[in-house]
Amino acid sequence: MELIAITLFDGLVMGLLLFMLSSGLTLIFSMMGVLNFAHASFYMLGAYFGFQISQSIGFWPALVIAPIIVGIAGALVERYGLRRVHKYGHVPELIFTFGLALVIEEFVNFVWGRDQKPFQEPDSLHFALFHLHGYAFPAYKVFMIFVAVGIFLVLLTILTRTRIGLVIQAALSHPETVQNLGHNVPLVFMGVFGVGTALAGLAGVIAGPALGTFPGMAFLLGSIVFVTIVVGGLGSLWGALIASLLIGWLQTFAASYNLRFADILTALGFTRPLRIADSVFRDLWTLTLPQIGPILPYFVMVLVLAIRPQGLFGKREL
Amino acid sequence: MKQRLALRSLAAGVFCLPLLAASAHAADPIKIGFIDPLSGPFATTGENGLAEFKFAAERLVNEKGGVLGGRNFEIVPFDNQVSPKETLIKLQAAIDEGVRFVVQGNSSGVANALTDAVKKHNERNPDKRVIYLNYSAVDPALTNENCNFWHFRLDANADIKMDALTDVMAKNKAITKVYIVGQDYSFGKAVADGAVRDLAKKRPEIEIVGNELHPIGKVKDFTPYARKIIASGANAVITGNWGSDMVGLGKAIIDAGYKGPIYTYYAASNGITKTFGADGKNVIRVVSEGQGNPPPSKSGAEYITAFKAKNPNNDVVQPRVANTIQLLKSAIEKAGTTEAVAVAKAMEGLEIDGVLGGKVKMRADDHQAIQDIHIQVHTDEGITFPLDNSAYGLLVENTVTNAGADSLTTCKMERPAN
Repeated sequence: MELIAITLFDGLVMGLLLFMLSSGLTLIFSMMGVLNFAHASFYMLGAYFGFQISQSIGFWPALVIAPIIVGIAGALVERYGLRRVHKYGHVPELIFTFGLALVIEEFVNFVWGRDQKPFQEPDSLHFALFHLHGYAFPAYKVFMIFVAVGIFLVLLTILTRTRIGLVIQAALSHPETVQNLGHNVPLVFMGVFGVGTALAGLAGVIAGPALGTFPGMAFLLGSIVFVTIVVGGLGSLWGALIASLLIGWLQTFAASYNLRFADILTALGFTRPLRIADSVFRDLWTLTLPQIGPILPYFVMVLVLAIRPQGLFGKREL
Repeated sequence: MKQRLALRSLAAGVFCLPLLAASAHAADPIKIGFIDPLSGPFATTGENGLAEFKFAAERLVNEKGGVLGGRNFEIVPFDNQVSPKETLIKLQAAIDEGVRFVVQGNSSGVANALTDAVKKHNERNPDKRVIYLNYSAVDPALTNENCNFWHFRLDANADIKMDALTDVMAKNKAITKVYIVGQDYSFGKAVADGAVRDLAKKRPEIEIVGNELHPIGKVKDFTPYARKIIASGANAVITGNWGSDMVGLGKAIIDAGYKGPIYTYYAASNGITKTFGADGKNVIRVVSEGQGNPPPSKSGAEYITAFKAKNPNNDVVQPRVANTIQLLKSAIEKAGTTEAVAVAKAMEGLEIDGVLGGKVKMRADDHQAIQDIHIQVHTDEGITFPLDNSAYGLLVENTVTNAGADSLTTCKMERPAN
């Protein structure tokens, strides 16, 4: 029982972290119609910039400055990179972002090396906030929850309560019409790209101390972010939130419970082969839930694509 | 000065008369092929190893006047990108360049391919035979079913390390419940199987409260694993994890409120020591050979100091590298030649003083080095030589002398006649 409660908390933290990445990506994807493969690389850049800045002037300034630098870098990439490639169609855009992801990874390797970086939580948050039946819950994770919820509320307000939000919303579903009405859609694109990458950078600064700062971090989280935006539905903030939480919980619960497939198969009436090593199904019999945890989100994505291709909250067909 | 020089050459001339033939090529360096990753994700480990080899050759051999009347050791690097296929190409390139001694350590998969290739090469080219000195690959098979006469292992194999670790754990009465967690591949499985086997033998009353493997390099957040460890009530954790999987797992376990020891194989240096910092103090433990803190000996301390002066961004992570060079030097001197069969036979049963303390003896039966194994703790107290340029380092807590000296081997090697 206590394990369920604490796993709900852990899953919430993971889900909200995914949301910080997917909220920016889903807006970029639905506006430009391009999967930004480099999105998770901006998350990694955020972590490394955050680490570097926190070394000299502390964590809190880094939390503000690093995402701004990443956001500016993102906006520049859109203005001078993607926009130029845009006229050649979607495939060159895709290849551009893919190449950018590789360039950023090599850049990080070159500047900071391949070692794990000692990026630590600030001392003021480096303690266990509460204990639940012996399970410590770090204050830093509570801080992560508050930041993510804050971002969600701010984004929601901007998108639904302001004029800029209206233009963005309209550009999501009817980009040509918005352009015809005289709005500067390229500027909106640049702004959204910049804000989206800044959010990814912020997620990086926050996740760096908790999940580790190393060159593989972009790859580790990158693939799963695409799953969340497809499941949630393109351009939908609510969709991104719900899908991120769903996948966060799915992964955390899958890793928390050592459910064995042998038990399920037995319950279904199958008998375990006596000589398991010779059986064709030996892998199925020896599998546990934590081992298949990482592929469960992709399973959900396939289900959603088959049943509701526009995603849980999406309005546009893919 | 001039007089002393003359005297020295006279003495050399008198005592080295039988070696006249060998010293005809006195200027030729003895080439040692270093085949390990120097690019790609594991390049840091490879580059650190190369720095250690270059330093060891310089300090232990060349500065002391070389071997066989003045021949120096030259380390020739080859980048194998941790690929068995690339390794075999690089082995051939090395042999063509005149390399007759190869050193390799990263990945047992590569080691198994290399030992096989060296054996075949030596059968086909009796005039160009090669010796393979394995300084890090710990798969027990290399000195058991897959052993051969040309392969020598300087690190303790995974079974010997587990044997030493469980010896120490068995004596600690505070340990009653053990949780084993590792990466889902051959080494992670070998660690888990070894731990279960040895603990059942030495302290049957210890309960294994968890034994699981997680996908390698795929886990984003280790918190759920940490929760399970807390839930199980474990008071000791064993893991063979390395790299970011090691840091992620260790940090999550400590953050979740765990206070007992975490026994590891590779939780030190390459940024890991610095990342654990104060959190890992008295929690993280590493089982390995060679000792830095407290300094093993005056010469050992000087060795580490000199290494740091020359390589400020690297650490002496693998003391066995120095032992590899020392053992090869002693064997060449004992054999009086660099011919592979003679050197290999000289190496069998040879005992040297470990550069960082203890004795290292090359067991003849299976070519497995027998040496002291230490359980070291991550701390900032009593640390003379910290790692990662941080305040933290490894301090020896327990030592198993001549670990695995009585371990059995299934190795039946064929020895060449001449």
